[in-house]
Amino acid sequence: MKNIRWLIGTLSIILGVVIIVTSEMPLMNKYLIVILFAGFLVLYRLIKGPTAADRSVAVDVLGILVIGICALLAIFTHKSWYMDIAIAWALQSFIGVLALAKYLEGRNFDD
Amino acid sequence: MIDLIGHIFIIIGLCFDIFGCIGLVRLPDVYNRLQASTKSVTLGTCGIMFGVFLIEGFNPSGIKAMLVAIFLLLTSPTAAHALARAAYNSGIKLWHKSSVDYYKESKEFKE
Repeated sequence: MKNIRWLIGTLSIILGVVIIVTSEMPLMNKYLIVILFAGFLVLYRLIKGPTAADRSVAVDVLGILVIGICALLAIFTHKSWYMDIAIAWALQSFIGVLALAKYLEGRNFDD
Repeated sequence: MIDLIGHIFIIIGLCFDIFGCIGLVRLPDVYNRLQASTKSVTLGTCGIMFGVFLIEGFNPSGIKAMLVAIFLLLTSPTAAHALARAAYNSGIKLWHKSSVDYYKESKEFKE
């Protein structure tokens, strides 16, 4: 059973790579499709996750992925202010995850 | 030529992103998920940022990309460490096949 699941996963990854490489999309769409698929996997964990710590991890990873999306948009649309959004998002995500960690641990915010 | 090297860095970063998110969905435990996802997604986004820097050159956009990469390398392990410690202190058990628990041993040794 485990071998069959590994085989299905590996085959689906290879199939996705072949479809993305051989299709006629512009380059920005190929990059964004990969990173958005990763975002949907993170959203699955955010909805399903059994404990609150799982959801916190998912929020952290989702913030880092959004920074990558902003960088890709900045190089393909030649708008410099997407990088400003990335810097602001990195700062806010870090502060937010630290606040979530303190809340999970059961301490005060000014500890 | 330098554009090609930048796109290769971006593709490597996307691979790290997607494998980190597969690990976030697939692995059985909070600590395993944290271990797999946070590090590899951080490295993947830093790869994307370095590729953006190589493509843009010494523009404001490229320098901001390097700034975001350095900031992510500094802060994301801090956030992951805080999350793991908070998850342990909030009473989430390890996976039943996990073999060692050095944090518990060191806590007992302190007391």
